[in-house]
Order: sequence, then structure tokens, then C-alpha cells
Amino acid sequence: MTSTNSYDLSLPVKGRCFVTAGQAASKIKRTLETFNLPPKLVRCAAICAYEAEMNIVTHACRGQVGLRVTEKAIRIVAEDEGPGIQDVDLAMKEGYSTASQEIREMGFGAGMGLPNIKRCADELIIDTYPNKGTRVEIIIHLQTNGG
Amino acid sequence: MNYFHSVRLDRDKCKGCVNCIKQCPVEAIRVRHGKAEIMEDRCIDCGECIRACPNYAKYVERDHIDDLNHFAYTIALPAPSLYGQFPDHIGPGRVLAAIKELGFDDVWEVALGAEIVSQAVGEYFKSNRQIRPLISSACPAVVRLVQVRFPALVDHIIPLESPMHVTAELARQAAVAKTGIDPNKIGIFFFSPCPAKVTAVKSPVGGSRSPVDRVLAVADVYGDLLHNLRQERPDLARADKTGIAWGSSGGEQAASGIGNSLIVDGIHNVLSVLEEIELGRLADIDFIEAQACPGGCIGGILNVTNRFVAKVQLQHLVRDLPPERPLAERLQQLGVDKIQVPQIVVEPRPIVHLDRDLKKAMQKLQQANELEEQLPGLDCGSCGAPTCRALAEDIVVGKAVETDCIFVLRERIMDLALGTYNLARTVPPAMDKRKAGMKEERDAAKRIDPDSGT
Repeated sequence: MTSTNSYDLSLPVKGRCFVTAGQAASKIKRTLETFNLPPKLVRCAAICAYEAEMNIVTHACRGQVGLRVTEKAIRIVAEDEGPGIQDVDLAMKEGYSTASQEIREMGFGAGMGLPNIKRCADELIIDTYPNKGTRVEIIIHLQTNGG
Repeated sequence: MNYFHSVRLDRDKCKGCVNCIKQCPVEAIRVRHGKAEIMEDRCIDCGECIRACPNYAKYVERDHIDDLNHFAYTIALPAPSLYGQFPDHIGPGRVLAAIKELGFDDVWEVALGAEIVSQAVGEYFKSNRQIRPLISSACPAVVRLVQVRFPALVDHIIPLESPMHVTAELARQAAVAKTGIDPNKIGIFFFSPCPAKVTAVKSPVGGSRSPVDRVLAVADVYGDLLHNLRQERPDLARADKTGIAWGSSGGEQAASGIGNSLIVDGIHNVLSVLEEIELGRLADIDFIEAQACPGGCIGGILNVTNRFVAKVQLQHLVRDLPPERPLAERLQQLGVDKIQVPQIVVEPRPIVHLDRDLKKAMQKLQQANELEEQLPGLDCGSCGAPTCRALAEDIVVGKAVETDCIFVLRERIMDLALGTYNLARTVPPAMDKRKAGMKEERDAAKRIDPDSGT
């Protein structure tokens, strides 16, 4: 729960549902906008949230995206029940994707999700379990000193 | 905040209805004391509220043609969309002659500046490969929207002066060269299709002074123009079809020569495309032509002709114009060698939400969430805010109170009425004539339970 020192949000994400896809990221973006944070950091966080959410939508059955904002950092955690990532190093490469042809034809699954997140995030932690699920934790620092 | 807004409220005409607050793309209007007040830090002068108002209470502040008397030499600057206001057999030569007859010494089409800016956009696109997609700066309402709502995207805007400004500079230099008159005594009058371009003149992005001296509404001069459509002066036409096509959505993209583009018009559509860009999408697109008015400038609220009619008329005019002569050749004829389109600085102007202090902002957001749950979620607008969410946020920043919501107010009145009723039913023991020994029954009869209402 939200305490006086942080703001928390947890949003469910449906797998394979392109009707609701992007809603969690939009909500996170709108939330961050109300905090008057530097616009560039808000955009970074929005991109991370969007890519993480779309990874759940395109690959997993269900999941959730969580947001925690403190004075020090924006933390986004995306957890899903899904196939897991076979080879994380490969998944971090630009253009590498295991998405189906149908999904690629829809303009998703271009293999830019995790690389985009890595570009925007200060820290990126990926825990993945084959045929169980994946947990992606993204941290964007708000205070430059002491990191 | 010292910032000029062209979109204004006529308080006498405003009935305090909620039509405009619902249409504002930046939620910049609140009805207060029965009048739709505009929040100046948010307003982007797009004019959507003018379209929405059934009482014509929102209007565009602009100049009057009588101001021609203030100048020794006057030049008219018609926007490309003006040609679409007339049937397509009425070509540039007749429209320009009609404009001159209004009392101007000369007339320069902004379409010429549009051609110049198009070339500069093409060059900027080639020499700046870092940022994609690039967003056109041609529509001032879109530029303001980015500054206010998408401050992280200001770097995506192509920072070039508008065709209007470029044409104004060109026209003034030419007039000085021709007549030797003091540049300060030359009056340049832009014929605007929209309020955003009025603001762009009175309060330019980047804070510099506009080379345009006065802005007239097309609608204000249209009647006189119709009467003046007698002569044919092809010699006054300096622009070609590439520039004229800017008047309608898609024209700018075609002129820029950037193939991999996205064209969007209508401020709410623009908003949704900018949302996509902010989420990191559309990076595979090179150029975004975005215009606040539906259909592009022909859909501007200061234009007169139905925009679908105007679109066809402009299309036909462009189709039937003789083949283009190279821009460089025409400019040389006008005594102009090389034109450097000046750069502008587009700074972010984000709205301050909730609180500048992060900790306080987080607390206020939490409060707003809790308040929102108490509100009916009908977004009826009766409180003066466009949505229940907006009211909740207004309450936490002290700009509204819960009982501004008529449903909350009704509940409070109900509570109060029940309390009053219950009090009124209490009977002093000395006056209670019911039998002794039935105290419990008496107590139960006195009270009405506020939850069940019984």
C-alpha cells in the first residue's frame, strides 16, 4: 500500500488482449505526470512501462505491472505467468523476437522491447523461469547524486 | 502569467453550460460563478471551445482592418487555405486582386513562405537523424499542446519559423527595397484561419517579436472580398501549387518530400498520436504532419466555407494551376537570393499538477483517488469540471469543494434532513403521553435510520 513516503499502483494486464493493451502504461504515465517530475524521466518510465506491458500482452497469459514512486526513484515491476524467456542475452539483442508472425504483422514483437527498456532504465533486473513466468524490474533514479 | 491568449470568453453570452469544458483537449476550462473560465496556463488557443459553444460566447480576439490607417504602407498576407474559401474557378489572380482592393498596397501569399519552409524542413530532416519522428511546427496549437501536455517531446518539433513569419520578413524587405520607406511604417496584416495563429503573432513561441503587425480573421473580410472579385491580376501571384496545397491536411507533407510520414488532423486525434510517440512508438516514422483543425487549416474556425467544400475547391485549384516554376527562379525574380529560415526555441511549459513537492504531490494524488471513489463517476460537468477525476484533483489543490458535486450535495442534504427530522421527533419526557414501560419502542419510533431510510 501507499505510505506517506511512496506512491504505489498495481495494474492487471491480460495476455493476448489488444483491447486493453497499453492501458496500464497510460495510467502509469498519467500518474507520473501529476508529480511534476522531469518530463524526460517521465517519458523514460512511460516507455519502460509500455514495453513491459506489451511483453506481457504479446507473450504471456496474464500478469501485472506495478509502480512505486519514492523521492529517490521510479520502480516498475512487471510480473507474468507465461513461457519465460529462453535466452535472456538473446532477448536483449535489438530485433530478436520470438513473437509469432501474426503478432509481428500487427506491428508488435519487433524485438525492441527489452532493448528499449534497457536504454531508458538505470537498472534492469530480469528473473525468468521457463514455462512459469518472468519478472522484470526497472528502476529509474530521480536523484542523480549517490545514485 | 504574462501570456497572450486569443481565445476569450464573452461573459454576457456565456450561460454556464458545460459544452466547452467537455471538448477542451487540455481540460483548461472550469465553470465558475456561472461562467466558463479559461485557465490561462493550460489553454493552447486551439479554438475547440469556440466550436463547442452553442451560445457563441467564446470568441477570437483579433485586429480590425481599420488599422490600415496606422501605417504608411500596408501588405496583406493571405494564408494558403484562403483560396479554398472560393469556388475553384476563382484563381489566385482574382482573390489577390480582391484582397488588394480592401486597401492594401501589396499582397504576399503565405503559400510562398510555405514553399521556402518546406525546403528547409527537408534539409533539417536530412541533417538531423537523431530524433524520430520529427513533428512539424506549422500548427501553433500543436506546438503549444506539445509544450504543455508533452513537454518531453519538444525536441521532436522541427524548430523552424512558420511560413507566415518567413513571408512577413520577405514582404517587408521587398517593400523597403522598392519604396525606401521606413520598415517601422510598414504594416503587415495576416489573414488568419484560426485563433492559434493570432496567438502565434501576439505571443510567439520563444518570446521573440513577430514580424506580423496585425491579424485579421478571414471571416471578417470575406464579405468584402466576395464583392471585390472582379479583376484578374495574375501578376500578384507569387506562390505555386506546392505552397498553396499547405492549406489542407497532407499538403505540408507532400511539399516536404519526406515520404515516410504520418498525417493527422483534429486536435483530439493529434493528442492520441502524441500519446503514442510519448510511449516510444512511431520511432520508425520520419515525419508527423499534425494540425489541430479537422482537415487542416481549411477547417479553421475563422474560415467561412464548409471544410469539405473548401477541401475540394482547393484540390481542384491546385490541380488546374499551370505547371510549377522552380522556387529558386521565382525568388530570384523577386530579388531574393538565398533565404535562411530562422530557427525557433521550443521550450517545455508543463502544467503544474497537484504540487511541486513530490511528497506532497503523492499525498494529494492519494487523496484525489479516494475522493474520486466518493464521486458518482458520471462526468456530468455540473460541478464545473469536465470529469469527476478533474473535480477530485481540483478539490485537493483547493480550487473546489466536495459539495460542488450535486450528488454529494444531495447526500449531505439528505443526511441533514434526516438529522433534523430525528431531532424534531424527540419529545420531552414531560410531554410524552405514551404509556410507561414502552421506552424501547418509543426510542425506536423516534429515529429514522439514515442508511435504510426507515
